[in-house]
Amino acid sequence: MLDALSYEFIQNAIIAGILVSIASGIIGSLIVVNRMVFLAGGIAHTSYGGIGLAVYFGIPIFLGASLFAVGAALLIAFITLKHRERTDTFIGLIWAVGMAIGILFVDMTPGYNVDLMSYLFGSILAVSQEDIWFMSALVLTIIFVVTFWYRDILAVSYDSEYALLRGVSVKFFYTLILVLSALTVVIAIKIVGLILVIALLTIPIYIAEKLSNSLYSMMFFSAIISTIFTLLGLFISYNFDITSGASIILVSAMSLVLFLLFLKLKSIFK
Amino acid sequence: MAEGADLERLCSLLYRGFESLPLCHINGKNMNIIDIKNLTFSYEKDTILENINLHVKAKEFLAIIGPNGGGKSTLLKLMLGIEKAPKNSIKIFNENPSKNLTSIGYVPQNTNVNTNFPIKVIEVVMMGHVGHKRPLIGYKKEEIECALSSLEQVSMGKYADKKIGSLSGGQRQRVMIARALCSHPKILLLDEPTSNIDTTGQKEVYELLKELNKHITIIVVSHDISVILEYASSVLHVNKKAAFHDVSKKRKFHTKDEHFCEVELLQMIGNSHA
Ligand SMILES: Nc1ncnc2c1ncn2[C@@H]1O[C@H](COP(=O)(O)OP(=O)(O)O)[C@@H](O)[C@H]1O
Ligand SMILES: [Mg+2]
Repeated sequence: MLDALSYEFIQNAIIAGILVSIASGIIGSLIVVNRMVFLAGGIAHTSYGGIGLAVYFGIPIFLGASLFAVGAALLIAFITLKHRERTDTFIGLIWAVGMAIGILFVDMTPGYNVDLMSYLFGSILAVSQEDIWFMSALVLTIIFVVTFWYRDILAVSYDSEYALLRGVSVKFFYTLILVLSALTVVIAIKIVGLILVIALLTIPIYIAEKLSNSLYSMMFFSAIISTIFTLLGLFISYNFDITSGASIILVSAMSLVLFLLFLKLKSIFK
Repeated sequence: MAEGADLERLCSLLYRGFESLPLCHINGKNMNIIDIKNLTFSYEKDTILENINLHVKAKEFLAIIGPNGGGKSTLLKLMLGIEKAPKNSIKIFNENPSKNLTSIGYVPQNTNVNTNFPIKVIEVVMMGHVGHKRPLIGYKKEEIECALSSLEQVSMGKYADKKIGSLSGGQRQRVMIARALCSHPKILLLDEPTSNIDTTGQKEVYELLKELNKHITIIVVSHDISVILEYASSVLHVNKKAAFHDVSKKRKFHTKDEHFCEVELLQMIGNSHA
């Protein structure tokens, strides 16, 4: 395994794994406490439409997916802020339509035979240098935002009505969280694929939530736990030649089960 | 809960310097600080509030009662500017509601939702600060001190670093009151603050409000008739329309014959809606 570290694609995979874990730990925490998991799922699947369009028009796939995901996030923000009661129906709708558009455009692309599985289940071993730049920029942006606007984000997430009373722009921060979620989903697709993205955005966060008494520590623990799961999953994926997304998610799920057992035992023997 | 004298000292400490504010000079008790005139409001089609008139004086203790869905919470939200009232129908310190961010403290209904949220008690209280002149990162030292003294005031000082979800309903309610006190409001609005607290906890909350009432105006939505008898100076019954009753003078009966007074009060309120 050690000599594997000298391969550039392995180095890139590890760096990408860490960057995505930091982003998904922080943003996943915000998604969970804001009860936006379903929204994030909608954005992930809608972004497949962007992948299809990118393939068809021959533009970079990252760009296509990002534009589509951010578009979906803005649309969801607009709709949920205006008509809260219609949210479910609407998200179900764009979820399906996004996927359909993606499949349609891939079908229409002549001679296209790139492995679609890699978008559904991740292709961490095919991370390029540009991908790393994009991921780094996003992680820096996320850290910047949660550092300087921590109290506003906390207020909006915990009690948006009260935040509004205190002069915090709830609409702005709600939209910002969704847009950052969309971009995080896009980079996470690279690692675990869009089917499994929700697991990455929730399993480590669930464990971290039990260990934390503030949003800040929840984000911190989530990022750490996520990184451990991702690197462990990557290691297994490389050694046993399994799809990276699947091994990362299975590592996470098994750890979650162990963690819950541990909590149960602790409460019994207390 | 801090005992009488303690509590009093803390309250006057918190409101130190307020005597010099215009509110407290201008004819003291006689000025209306809230004026609601012919207020009619609906969310969608159905009229929720119809032709409401209400005038609240400084240091009044107003109880708002009425059936579920009668529009009590809506009325508070209109005063706060969370919902938009028709122009000029509500004046608070002679201004439209949204202009009074710091002068009104608010304790919302249902503070037991979202209890799993990873947030410390002190962070909840700190939400009460209004966000101008803030540091680049985190909270100012004065903000932390002020939040701690608000917590002290509701006897929750030693819980500052606890997770909000680990508190009982009554303790959480006191934290929400501390949050509202953080901006040193002149009016405190509370929406059913004791609905999920045991009787002892309820009494503690109302004793606290009574103490605060020496310095600020209290408006509380409550279902509890004994509260009205013991603490309120006036009662507003809201069920789409509203009826106002001054009960401050009724209180003399109360000490003599509690039972009599309760019946009389209920009759009085009942009659005006018959
Ligand atoms: N945001 C809202 N949108 C539409 N209708 C609402 C909203 N909030 C409350 N209502 C309706 O307004 C009426 C009064 O509600 P509310 O003010 O909460 O009553 P109360 O606090 O007296 O129980 C109810 O019929 C309720 O269904
Ligand atoms: Mg209500």
